[in-house]
Order: sequence, then structure tokens, then C-alpha cells
Amino acid sequence: MDLDFTEEQDMLRNSARDFLSTECDKATVREIEEGEDGYSPEIWRKTAELGWQGLMIPEEYDGMGMGLMDLLVVFEEIGRNILPSPFLATVALGAPPIVEAGPEEMKKDILPKIAAGEAILTLALTEPSAGYSPDCIELKAEAKGDNFVLNGTKLFVEYASAADHMVVVARTKSGGDPADCITLFLVDSNSQGIKIEPFATTGTDKQCEVVFDNVSVPKSAVIGQVDKGWPIVEKTLKIATVAKLAEMCGGMQAVLDMSVAYAKERVQYGRPIGSYQAIQHMLADMFIRVFTSKNILYEAAWMAAEGMDCDAKLSTAKAWCNEAYKKVAEDGVQVHGAIGTTRDHDMGLYYRRAMAAFPTFGDTGDHREVVAQSLGL
Amino acid sequence: MDFKLTPQQEALKKEFEDFFEAEMKNAPEDWVWGLEGLFNDVGWPFNVYMARKLAEKGWLVRPWPEEYGGCNAPMMEQLIFSDVIGYFCAPGVDPLGVGMIGPTLLAAGTEEQKREHLPPIAKAERFWCQGWSEPNAGSDLASLTTRAVKDGDDWIINGQKCWNTGAHRADWCFTLARTNPEEKRGKGLTFFILDMKTPGVSVVPIVGMDGSTHFNEIYFDDVRVPSRNIIGEVNGGWVITQTTMNFERSSVGVISGVLRALNELVQYCKETTLKGKPLIEDPHIRHRLAQLAIDIEVGHAMSYRCGWLQEKGDIMAAAAASCGAKVYSTELWQRTAFTGIEIMGLYGTVAKGSKRAVLKGQFENLAQITPGYKLGGGTSEVMRSIIAWVGLGLPRIK
Repeated sequence: MDLDFTEEQDMLRNSARDFLSTECDKATVREIEEGEDGYSPEIWRKTAELGWQGLMIPEEYDGMGMGLMDLLVVFEEIGRNILPSPFLATVALGAPPIVEAGPEEMKKDILPKIAAGEAILTLALTEPSAGYSPDCIELKAEAKGDNFVLNGTKLFVEYASAADHMVVVARTKSGGDPADCITLFLVDSNSQGIKIEPFATTGTDKQCEVVFDNVSVPKSAVIGQVDKGWPIVEKTLKIATVAKLAEMCGGMQAVLDMSVAYAKERVQYGRPIGSYQAIQHMLADMFIRVFTSKNILYEAAWMAAEGMDCDAKLSTAKAWCNEAYKKVAEDGVQVHGAIGTTRDHDMGLYYRRAMAAFPTFGDTGDHREVVAQSLGL
Repeated sequence: MDFKLTPQQEALKKEFEDFFEAEMKNAPEDWVWGLEGLFNDVGWPFNVYMARKLAEKGWLVRPWPEEYGGCNAPMMEQLIFSDVIGYFCAPGVDPLGVGMIGPTLLAAGTEEQKREHLPPIAKAERFWCQGWSEPNAGSDLASLTTRAVKDGDDWIINGQKCWNTGAHRADWCFTLARTNPEEKRGKGLTFFILDMKTPGVSVVPIVGMDGSTHFNEIYFDDVRVPSRNIIGEVNGGWVITQTTMNFERSSVGVISGVLRALNELVQYCKETTLKGKPLIEDPHIRHRLAQLAIDIEVGHAMSYRCGWLQEKGDIMAAAAASCGAKVYSTELWQRTAFTGIEIMGLYGTVAKGSKRAVLKGQFENLAQITPGYKLGGGTSEVMRSIIAWVGLGLPRIK
């Protein structure tokens, strides 16, 4: 048993923390949030130079060949600092299906571009039904000659507006087991018939509606086998959930740190408010929530990284962290008082992300249901 | 990171599990977990039986040095032991002798005191109680008023203690008394140990809301204690109360005991139809059970981190974390009890002993005894304050 990060991971964390605090201060975060693109191409280029985009891409495709625990470290720091970026969309949603099951030609073509920061990807999975289960996939792909033709609507596709390519999850057969008729395609975002429309959301992560109107893709764009794509989605969602949870835990830590620092300096009735028991106990509960969230995440992520059966553990972590971050953010604003409710204050950046993270990759109820089933209920 | 136990730890865990699984078959019919199970008329003989079994195996005081019957068990092994004994809801480890005065003597006792008192604990021949709290000194322990006055080479103790777990079973007691009335608070207190058979010691039960009698009051009426029974310095007792740091405080045993209770509750729900509907078909019940399972997993991960921090000697982080684990685990325990009785509906109110009692009435009982666990050993509020001061560096206003 070894519950510490490795020295290399500590170094990675420190370098990520330094980089983000230098390159992406909160003024920059706000500027990016309010901009058209929702990310900074300059920071994107610099993170690629640091090797972040290629962190989990195998070395033979110009990546770093590192593991999920390393990715977790970077995402914790991203969550702590905040970096509006198609980073999660690219490294945790778009790239994993290709690494896992893409044909060799596709890997050789796209993975080095991702690692170099030259390609932005995302996953077009959810639809207007807004669920993550296979029965929610209705977008149709029909074989026609050497091509497939895609028709349907994807909704909540993050950073589709910035993406060069999308991994599209489509139904290639109807009837039977809903998980057994799903195929993944790598689709150029500029293909004819694709219409991308971003909309404003709490998390400012450029959620988009993507309409596919007779979009033709070659058979070589299939990732894995026809009709057998769902297990790839499941595996990808594990990586993405770990990344999102790490982001959430980093955010919680930031809220705790900010709130403690503020409670020490803000004086009312002649004393720092952090000397009052009402505030102290709120912060102590916040501490417990952050501490427990990180520990259950680390255990779940480790199991996922080791390839163990981790469905119930990961659902445990998401169900827990959803509620924890919500409460930590709520209390963080309360400790800061009225100033914490303003657009100018950093608290709101985290509060909004806590709200946005809650339904992403399954809300608390979804994950409780997974746990209920693991109990044999 | 690596959450796997080593093969050696796995083997040890298996050995513990096999032992407790076999021995718990010897538990009396209506034996219940918790303090009540240790100290009531049914539980006490079984507790002593288990303590002696554990002593024979050399497992009772594993963290202690070899010369006193232990094997210097590392922190993670202590944690695994507590995890297993908690899951099997097994008695045998006297929380006050093995868990408190033993470690205190190891840290602060004289050679003579260690030789006199440690072996009987290790052999499960002598049981202890704690005489700290008083009617007007609970969380604010340092305000206690029990007096000890020097008389030749002895001290004469007078005063009243309360919330003394198992005092009616104990052979010996460790207590705090004010020896310098001029000094305030923590200064001027002395740490004494005394034989409960000493003239002037009397024990009166405090009856819990469930009718249990594991708590007591102890009255000291001119109790004569020799100077050699002082641990540490005269007037230096306060620091002695804080010397048990290196023993496992992860609350893992509570978490694993709650897991056991949940497993039984889940089984009950699978087998039971109430109000014309199988319980597990009620989505509300499914999610309440799932949430408990989530809370338990989270608590388990938290406990192992506490142990890890302690093993690494990260004292400040471990202190805040173990206070957090105490709050977390005891609140979870009560929440589990409530969830159980609420799911059972009217049956949730049936006490043990009735043929209508569900799961031997353990949830009905737990709902009444769990409030005490959020108070004993430091209230949840004291724990939160320590987290704020020690873990977060917030100012402490005296």
C-alpha cells in the first residue's frame, strides 16, 4: 500500500500549478469566459509544449505515454486554478476512443496532431434526451456504399465549436440490446451537413448543439468495430469522469483555501470572522468534504488505472463529490458574504463550476442507481 | 499510488477474519455490538472470553513492544485489525486498558509502572476504566474540581466523576485530580491510577435511554492513593492526557461495523414486503441504501488515509484527519440507524427480545445509543473546533 503520489507526479503537479498561476490568472479566466472561442489558443499551444495534450497518448504516437493518475494530477490543478479550455474534451473524451480502438492509420494521423496541440477533439455522445446510457443514442448512421450517412442531433457536445474533429456515437442498428448496435466515427467538424450551435451555460464550457444532416463519412472513419462501439464509450466515460472529478476536487480545495484565508483576514465585531465558531465549524465541515472527496477519488481512479472493475467505486466517487462540491461552494460563498455573490469575485467562478459539474457524466441519482445495483438491489 | 494490501497484509487480514468468523459463533444469542455489548450481563463474560482468546493469539496488544506482549505492529496492521474486528462486531479489545492507559503508560510511565500494569492488560487479566469527566467538566475537562491532597507519601482524593464507561466491571481506574488549587485549568492537575477496590471508591450506574448501564458515576470519598501511582509529574497531568497519539485513531472499526449493519439491512430489504410492496422496489429506499453504501465507502477511504498519515508521522495532518473521521463515522452511524428504522416503519420500533423484532432489534437499539458516540471521546463540536485550529490554522479565542 502506498497512498502517496510519486515524486514525478508531485513534480508534474508543481509545474502545472506554476504554469497555470502564471499563464492563466483570474483576469485571464474571465477574459476567456467572455470571449467567442471559450479558450485561449496561446495557452493551448503552451500546454501542448508542456506535453499535456499528449499525456496519455502512447509514445509511438508522439505522446508521453503516461497514466490516468498523472492525468488526474493535471486536472486537479486545472480545477484548482480554473482553465477554460477544450482540454477535457480533447484528452479525456475525444482521444481515448482512438487510443483504445482506432485503426492504425487513424492513430498515426490524428494522435500526433493532438499531442502537438494541432487538433482539438470532442465527443458527440449525448442527445436531447440528455442521458449517458446506450438507449439515449438515437443519431442514425446508415451504410451506403463505401460510406456511412449520419442523421440526427447531438446536444451538450462541449467545445464542438472549437473542435477540428468529433468522435460521434451513432446507432447503426435498431432493435435488440441498445448497447449492441452502436458505432463510433471520427468525423471532421467541417464536413458538409454539420451545423454547430453553441449556447450559454453555467460552466462556460461551450456546450453545443450539433445537427447532422446527411453527413457522409468513409468506412475508414469507424473506430473499433461496427455495432460494437458501446464498450469504448464506457471506457472513455471512466477516464472523463476521473478527469471531471479531479477538476472538482481541485476546485473544492481552492474554495476551502480561499475561504480560510478570507476568514482569517475579514474582521467584524473586532475579531477575524474565522475566530467565530459558526464560521470555524462551517470550514471544518468543508475540510471534511474536501478530504473525503479526494480520498474516494484517488481510490476509484487507481482502480480504473489498474483496469480493475471500478464501476461502483467510480459512481460512489461521483455521487459523493457532486454533493460535496455543491455544499463546499455554497458554504464558500456564505463565508465570503455578499462580495462572494458578485461577478468580480473569484468565488462565483467555482460556484458555477460546481453547479455545472453536478449533472456532467451522471448526476447523483444516476450514480446512486449504479451503486444500488451493485448492492444487488 | 497503490491501494492494494501487501501479500503479507492480505494474509494477516485473512487470519483475523477466519478467527473472528469462527469465534463470533460463540457469541450469546442476544449479544449486541457497541459498549452495551461489552459491559452488560450477557456481553461481559463474552468480552472477557474474547479478550483472553486474543491475548492467547498475541493479538490483544499487537502495537505494543515485544517485552510487554505486543509485536510493534505498524499502523496499517493496526488499521487492518480494527477494520476486521469492527466488521465482525466483535468484543475483546478493552478500549480503555488496551486503547488508552496502556499507550499512556508506554509513553509516560516509569519502568516500574510499566512492569506492574502492562502485563495484566496484555493477558486480559485486568480491565480499566477512565475517570476524567465530571458533572461540570465535560468538553471543558480542564475545569474539573476533583481534589487530591498530599498526606505523607500518599494522596487523598475526593470528588465525583461521571460517564465512566464500564466502571462497574473495571479493576483499575485512571483519573485526573486537581493537586494545586492555586493554578487554573490544565495547570495543577495530576494523573493518578488506582485500584477500584480501594476503600472510598463507589460506582453508581447511569441508565441510558435504552435502559443500558454501561455508563457510571464514580465517587471518590477520601480515597488513599500512593505517590507511585502518579503517571508523569505532580501537577503535570494535563500533558499526560495527550500522549496516546501513536495509536490508531482512524475510526475504521466504526465504519466497518456500519458496513456490516448496512449489509444486514440490505438483506432484510431484499427479503421483505411491507404495505403490500417489496421494499427494494421502492426507488426511495433503493437510493437511501445506495447513499449509505456511498457514505461507508467514502468513510473507509478516509480511515485508511488517516492511518497512512499517522504511519508517515504527519502528526498535524493526522490529527485533523482523525478528528474528521470521528465526526464523520459517528454521524454516519446514527444516520444508518435512522435509515434502518425508517425503512422498517412500525417494525423499526420493536425492541430486541420480541419475536416481532427486526434484525434482533439492533437498529431500534442503535438509534438510541448512537447519540452517545457523537459525544464520547470528544464531541462533534470539539472535533470540528480542533479541525479549525489545527487543520486550518484558524484563530483560537480563549
